[in-house]
Amino acid sequence: MSLVRRRKATDKASSSDSQVPDKDSPKEQEYDTADVDVQKKAQISKSKAKWSCVDSCCWFIGCICVTWWLLLFLYNAMPASLPQYVTEAITGPLPDPPGVKLRKEGLRAKHPVVFVPGIVTGGLELWEGHQCADGLFRKRLWGGTFGEVYKRPLCWVEHMSLDNETGLDPPGVRVRPVSGLVAADYFAPGYFVWAVLIANLARIGYEEKTMYMAAYDWRLSFQNTEVRDQTLSRIKSTVELMVATNGGKKAVIIPHSMGVLYFLHFMKWVEAPAPMGGGGGPNWCSKHIKAVMNIGGPFLGVPKAIAGLFSAEAKDIAVARAIAPGFLDNDIFRVQTLQHVMRMSRTWDSTMSMIPRGGDTIWGGLDWSPEEGCVSGRKKHRNNDPQTANGGESESLVSQVKKVNYGRIVSFGKDVAEAPSSEIQRIDFRDAVKGNNLANTSCRDVWTEYHDIGVGGIKAVAEYKVYTSGSLLDLLYFVAPKMMARGGAHFSYGIADDLEDPKYKHYKYWSNPLETKLPNAPEMEIFSLYGVGIPTERAYVYKLSPSAECYIPFQIDTSANAEDSCLQDGVYNVDGDETVPVLSAGFMCARGWRGKTRFNPSGIRTYVREYDHSPPANLLEGRGTLSGAHVDIMGNFALIEDIMRVAAGATGEDLGGDQVYSKIFQWAEKIKLKL
Amino acid sequence: MEANRFLLLDYRIPESPGTKLKSEGLTALHPVVLVPGIVTGGLELWEGKTCADSLFRKRLWGGSFTEIFRRPLCWLEHLSLHNETGLDPPGIRVRAVPGLVAADYFAPGYFVWAVLIENLAKIGYEGKNLHMAAYDWRLSFQNTEIRDKALSRLKSKIEVMYVSNGYKKVVVVPHSMGAIYFLHFIRWVETPPPMGGGGAPGWCAKHIKAIMNIGPAFFGVPKAVSNLFSAEGKDVAFLRSIAPAVIDSEYLGLQTLEHVMRVSRTWDSIVSLIPKGGETIWGNMDWSPEEGHVCDLANKRLLQPSSSDNNNITNSDIKRGFRVKEPVKYGRIISFGKGSSQLPSSQLPTLDSKDFIRTANVNSPCGEVWTEYDEMSRESIHKVAEGKAYTATTLLDVLRFMAPKMMQRSEAHFSHGIADNLDDPKYNHYKYWSNPLETKLPDAPDMEIHCMYGVGIPTERSYVYKKSAADYKCNSIPFQIDSSVEGDDQNSCLKGGVYFVDGDESVPVVSAGFMCAKGWRGRTRFNPSGISTYVREYRHKPPASLFEGRGVESGAHVDIMGNVALIEDVLKVAAGAIGNEIGGDRIYSDILRMSERINLRL
Repeated sequence: MSLVRRRKATDKASSSDSQVPDKDSPKEQEYDTADVDVQKKAQISKSKAKWSCVDSCCWFIGCICVTWWLLLFLYNAMPASLPQYVTEAITGPLPDPPGVKLRKEGLRAKHPVVFVPGIVTGGLELWEGHQCADGLFRKRLWGGTFGEVYKRPLCWVEHMSLDNETGLDPPGVRVRPVSGLVAADYFAPGYFVWAVLIANLARIGYEEKTMYMAAYDWRLSFQNTEVRDQTLSRIKSTVELMVATNGGKKAVIIPHSMGVLYFLHFMKWVEAPAPMGGGGGPNWCSKHIKAVMNIGGPFLGVPKAIAGLFSAEAKDIAVARAIAPGFLDNDIFRVQTLQHVMRMSRTWDSTMSMIPRGGDTIWGGLDWSPEEGCVSGRKKHRNNDPQTANGGESESLVSQVKKVNYGRIVSFGKDVAEAPSSEIQRIDFRDAVKGNNLANTSCRDVWTEYHDIGVGGIKAVAEYKVYTSGSLLDLLYFVAPKMMARGGAHFSYGIADDLEDPKYKHYKYWSNPLETKLPNAPEMEIFSLYGVGIPTERAYVYKLSPSAECYIPFQIDTSANAEDSCLQDGVYNVDGDETVPVLSAGFMCARGWRGKTRFNPSGIRTYVREYDHSPPANLLEGRGTLSGAHVDIMGNFALIEDIMRVAAGATGEDLGGDQVYSKIFQWAEKIKLKL
Repeated sequence: MEANRFLLLDYRIPESPGTKLKSEGLTALHPVVLVPGIVTGGLELWEGKTCADSLFRKRLWGGSFTEIFRRPLCWLEHLSLHNETGLDPPGIRVRAVPGLVAADYFAPGYFVWAVLIENLAKIGYEGKNLHMAAYDWRLSFQNTEIRDKALSRLKSKIEVMYVSNGYKKVVVVPHSMGAIYFLHFIRWVETPPPMGGGGAPGWCAKHIKAIMNIGPAFFGVPKAVSNLFSAEGKDVAFLRSIAPAVIDSEYLGLQTLEHVMRVSRTWDSIVSLIPKGGETIWGNMDWSPEEGHVCDLANKRLLQPSSSDNNNITNSDIKRGFRVKEPVKYGRIISFGKGSSQLPSSQLPTLDSKDFIRTANVNSPCGEVWTEYDEMSRESIHKVAEGKAYTATTLLDVLRFMAPKMMQRSEAHFSHGIADNLDDPKYNHYKYWSNPLETKLPDAPDMEIHCMYGVGIPTERSYVYKKSAADYKCNSIPFQIDSSVEGDDQNSCLKGGVYFVDGDESVPVVSAGFMCAKGWRGRTRFNPSGISTYVREYRHKPPASLFEGRGVESGAHVDIMGNVALIEDVLKVAAGAIGNEIGGDRIYSDILRMSERINLRL
């Protein structure tokens, strides 16, 4: 305030100064200054009146502080059950959580349960770092509040990245998974992953000794978790211990998302002989595992992984870009967000485990795909009652079938995506000269392999126009040879012709259900539990980025929209749980492993259980108890109930066998796979 | 908070032991298992009454303790165990927090294992070769296996770490009560299945390289007696003398001590800390191993602020040691009145514990608080006080008399005697396993046992009691430490009703050091295979300034976990060194002379 006052006064003074030469009289000048004095006094008295402005400002701040403090006090003094009362008052009584309900039915803890978290949801903490990460020892870098991302983003990216070539720790950095149930109960404060399931299991008597979170470093390739951390050995010994200390009751395994593939890998690993495997002997699984209850399992990969690897974006990012075009691509502030994200995530081998497997046979070729025909305009009425939601509802599917070429996972331009295959002119990119390195030094700190590709190479990629799941692999090998070379040593994406071929004893095939046999465990059960009823990314329309030096040269063409079609913002959607298409989550249990097939020689029984998505009715419900979304499904009461029943001893038949809302069986029929 | 810690670290030392040893080329070699002691491990709620809604998997013990203030009675109820079984009360499941977080910090900013963990990490330790053997420290040791399978899990964990780290034996680092817990474990693991872990003889020799006990309470601590007797320690007694009304106030229905006593009496583990070995170890009416201990308390930083408040003039510069002319009779762990703590034994009345008569005397207004005292008649209370002085042996009788249910429950799990014949088959029972005087060490000649503890801090050793003034009221604890009793001199070992000896503030030297200094030294009947033992003492130096936090040269029971010299020793052994390479014995106290005085057949 005083500052303002002074400036005004000097303004006056200077203006009076400027008048001085005109008057040219000291007396008048004196008078002038006197006048100024008077003005000053007037100003002061005026500002005294204004002074209350500051005053009220202070008052305002004070009031806010006091109110805040009071509210905080009240919040702390409030009985813990109050929010629940409020919710119940508004939405009516909540249904009993499954734990309470089943406890009343007399269910008790029986089989030990093992959780296998998926990608991204597990916490990672720092054990050794560079100077910039001082004071973060054993603090979470991933999960929790992510405070460090904002405080020191570059340092964070540096620590979260793995080594480019080995896919293991970079020198001087050790980031390790958080262990125990806390690893993935909440991803961030208030954002549950496993917490609801854990709480419900605890109601029927589960506790630390009968529950185990098989936390692993989800950035590594599966075999590397054993090489670096001996994670697989530890899971093996923990399962053995839990079975032994619970009176020989076999374990129920509950993998989620990528954990499904991880556990597939584990089952092969544990029975393989010692140097490469765990040496558990050929009957380990049948001795120790009662059931594997896969939640939202991307058995055959997810198309999202392609977009992630190709241009570090997915639907959400593409949409954000469409809204605020300048923001993400901004390199004025040297932000280069996407490039950093890409550089980091490309060092994570595990992202490559999610690339669609099975090629054109599974995902469709240029002209056909199993899901052919897009179901749009799906009408749903919300159903808050779990009972009726469980009972097969046959409404919905008001479909306007329109042929969509889902097989073309990446197409350059909307017209290309829709044109008949005969009309597309394609120029093979595989032999294209990559051209000169167009990266200039300013982009150097962001390492993506795009800098090694010249203009020619990028053009060649765009001119091939359409990529199906099979040619996509070639594309990835073309644009990111180093990454794929690293990943290719750990993962495989094909279909086995002859499963007896000794080459399939190598660990890189273990996580691909199409290249491994299930263990010999006829009493075991495999469940596929996943949500349906949410549009899920399946294919993309791409375009070349407006040329700028440091950019990722491709991006999703968000302007590509089509009415009455599943094309939205450059993304073709199908039914799924928002991340995993139904085809990937359900096919193996619906057909690939059904009965005695060559992938399932001992005839392990499989069950498909789908959960139809209904969004929460209001904000108070949080993420809903009927959700089918990829992560939110972990709070789905029906799913929790199924899991608890199995954990308490039920079999798949007791649950009611298959429960299907989607067309998974029809689609599975269309896939011509030798079984 | 974080910045604060930085500041402290900066003030501490230019280089932490981890960094220093790393630059010397040490790297992680042997897997390390940490075994926390009593009280320091966190406990969380898995199932509770309605008053504990929304506390699922929240810490009840450890952390910020906010629930004590919000709902104290609910909190006490959930922390109690069952009176008779010593296991969960119906409808309540409180379990140990697993993992390193169980005991890295006890409360925010109050480290326990955190400093050691951080230094181990500097030389390459991480989740796969570092394990915290968290257990529910309220239970008796065998019950941790019965209820939680804690021992089985520890066994399997050690086996996995041994195999997956290239067949390197583990280094075990127990602290405080963890030392006797682990003693129990090594007996359990080699015992055949129904009672034991079925690891077969040789398990320890195969899997364990060294046991580095920090502040071990091998023979228990006298503190446990005062805790069981009257739910108070030095600190509480002192508090009472300042503000007599606060603790004993029963307006507001507080009855703090009574509640604390009720809860802690359901914890079997406290009984494991009652002094073991009887008069042979702890001394009798006229004799004690510490006899002639030099008490220069005023010279040392006492926790009691009274020394600075009351004795302003004298406490400044007395540097000379003061030898007590008439040796303090430490053997009398509890005496009623100062006189009876000093008189020659011939002048004391002899009292046979069988004389005690219990008469049910339940007065209803006090019934809410279960301490067993309300079942005692006033005559028998009087009689206990008549007894004048109790040694480690007669004390057990008194406790059995005063709290028969508790002692009956927990004596099924712990024993406090000395074995005459260790080959007697009765010693195969688990209740003897945690008493070093009633078990043999396993056959593992290559194993090493270290006793590492702080010295130079006055430690409670025996108490002067009085009857509570208000025993006619509903004050159900009839005895309290007579905090008005002071020594003749400010240098006396008697302060505020408590006699002090050398130790680490909780464990007297004789309890921590005797087994390594004498009981197991060489080939004795307790150590038939001749496992080598080392005594490593760390002289206490209080932090020079406030900035140093809890000091890097502290010898206090818990603060020693941040002692640089101790951390260095642990790190060196974990990286492969043997006892002689870190310097063998390192002794500041009188432990060797005291051990000589103890007349124990070896």
